[in-house]
Amino acid sequence: MPTWKVMKGNEAAAWAAKLAKPKVVAAFPITPSTLVPEKISEFVANGEMDAEFIKVESEHSAISACVGASAAGVRVFTATASQGLALMHEILFIAAGMRLPIVMAIGNRALSAPINIWNDWQDTISERDTGWLQFYAENNQEALDLILIAFKVAEDERVLLPAMTGFDAFILTHTVEPVEIPDQEVVDEFLGEYVPKHAYLDPKRPITQGALGFPAHYMEARYTVWEAMENAREVIKEAFEEFEKKFGRKYQMVEEYKTEDAEIILVTMGSLAGTVKEFVDKKREEGLKIGAAKITVYRPFPIEEIKALAKKTKVLAILEKDISFGLGGAVFGDVGRTLINESEKPIVLDFILGLGGRDVTFANLEEVIEISEKAMKEGVEEDVFWIGLRKEIL
Amino acid sequence: MAVRKPPITTREYWAPGHAACAGCGCAIVMRLATKAFSEAMEEKYGDPDAFAIAHATGCMEVVSAVFPYTAWKAPWIHVAFENAAAAASGVEAAWKKLGYKGKILAFAGDGGTADIGLQALSGMLERRHNVVYIMYDNEAYMNTGIQRSSSTPYGAWTTTSPPGKYSIGEDKPKKWVALIAAAHMVPYVATASIADPYDFYRKVKKAAKVDGPAFIQVQGTCVPGWRVPPEKSVEVARLAIETGVWPLFEIENGDFRNIKFQRFPKDGKFKKPIEEYLKLQGRFKHLLKNPEAIQQLKEQIKEMWKVLGKEVELP
Repeated sequence: MPTWKVMKGNEAAAWAAKLAKPKVVAAFPITPSTLVPEKISEFVANGEMDAEFIKVESEHSAISACVGASAAGVRVFTATASQGLALMHEILFIAAGMRLPIVMAIGNRALSAPINIWNDWQDTISERDTGWLQFYAENNQEALDLILIAFKVAEDERVLLPAMTGFDAFILTHTVEPVEIPDQEVVDEFLGEYVPKHAYLDPKRPITQGALGFPAHYMEARYTVWEAMENAREVIKEAFEEFEKKFGRKYQMVEEYKTEDAEIILVTMGSLAGTVKEFVDKKREEGLKIGAAKITVYRPFPIEEIKALAKKTKVLAILEKDISFGLGGAVFGDVGRTLINESEKPIVLDFILGLGGRDVTFANLEEVIEISEKAMKEGVEEDVFWIGLRKEIL
Repeated sequence: MAVRKPPITTREYWAPGHAACAGCGCAIVMRLATKAFSEAMEEKYGDPDAFAIAHATGCMEVVSAVFPYTAWKAPWIHVAFENAAAAASGVEAAWKKLGYKGKILAFAGDGGTADIGLQALSGMLERRHNVVYIMYDNEAYMNTGIQRSSSTPYGAWTTTSPPGKYSIGEDKPKKWVALIAAAHMVPYVATASIADPYDFYRKVKKAAKVDGPAFIQVQGTCVPGWRVPPEKSVEVARLAIETGVWPLFEIENGDFRNIKFQRFPKDGKFKKPIEEYLKLQGRFKHLLKNPEAIQQLKEQIKEMWKVLGKEVELP
């Protein structure tokens, strides 16, 4: 029987790691993720987890050790956030290029400067081009479940890419919620044992990993990563279906909420989706036709799902906690790419909010609706808006 | 008739056909080190193949593994420039869980060890991973085209330490990573040279057989970087030993008071002047016209020996 336990998001991630039974964990402490390696240390110390835990001297070495261990053929887990993830940047490309299904939990946190330990998505968003699958959790249960799903997808032979799962700093990492811990036997059935056919450092059948790719081969190697990411769309859907059958919780690439007759759909990710759904309920009671959509899988980007969503509405209002300076939000850019060749498309507006832990309030969302309604009536003059800025201190 | 066992195993893990320069000292390091490692694995675990290699980006990585070819007959992984020690840590941890009996060998150049990889090396040593880390020291960033590293000797020309009106060439003393490694009080640290293959072979075997981490800093000639003819590659390395420029020693468990020396003159007097070492190499050509700089270099070498607990005389 699955058990219920009240726990922080970080603990949920550590529990997921425990259930997935990685043979090697290499991690370095960083706020707000530190509790993940702490909890894993406890599990290992108590004999509840049979893993080698490498207490590395930096995040760069954490991911490097993960690459070494994964290339040697074992299941590998790590966790980090923000500056730590940025320090790993170089090796993230290598992990993906070498097709190593490492899974990493990220307590989504802002990047310096100014130094800030609170939530936004700039850390993982900035790694979107590395070839890692990306999942975003709305609550602590999702933080746990998505790690299990990430292993399932990453290790699938049609994919073989590393995966990161994001859950918001403090809002989830440090907030307690009841979480259902699945049965170990069912998780074992779901994940199976990881037996790689492409990555091993076995003296009895020596292979060379990490060779130099000349112009004659490099592009094809990169293309296979593209192909693997495309394959992941189907594999993720299969994993979601199997997960639902085994554990009873449903996941989708994009989860829609009251979108059927919505004139404005608020599109977001992570824990903000909870706030937005509650806001939608409130406005629906007031008679406003709005809905919400939560992007659970950000890489591969849910292109078909967003196209279908766009057909239902007049305005897609993207709410995102990240910024690509000189362009707008990253999700906005991705939605724009998705709709560029559609013959009919809604207005797409971008709302940058909640950076560095700034609360996103209903008042902020009211402003989003006002701007969206104005664009519907009068057309689009601007399309990127910073919401909740304290203009008085600028 | 009894057949004598060859002093060095006939097994090969470094295949011909790699793209290293003619006379490359570091290619000799690769070949000898893997042979010695294999012999140690055979003696310790009964399996000569019981090892894997983690390699930093650098000359020996680039010349040995150009897809779809490889010079390696052992399991081999390259990840990046600064993380051979960290990647080796990961492989070692995985092997533990897989129940493999054997040891991990890490290779990196002086740039990948003394500079960009120093932190990862320190972590690997401190955590006591069962890894032998071999720093092939050709005394500059040769792979990128001969730029100075912190392991470049005083006075040497490199493309980023050119001699000029305001420059004598490299103006900092050489950093000895072996001493930094020994300060971690790991079981075994040594220096070695391609000019004494038996000594190097013995040291690699010893390193491979200890339980826990070991570190070897081995000097390997770079023909284009040092500006020496290929056929002088070993000769120049031999002169480094004979003139006192390159010390051969072993430090066990960080015991600096009981350093073991090899080929050290009993009276502390080196017979050959360092000029003999310098004049063979184009990288020191300008230095021969600068007696003050040579004097400075000699003082630094004496200081280095003092740190090792030896008073020496250089002619």
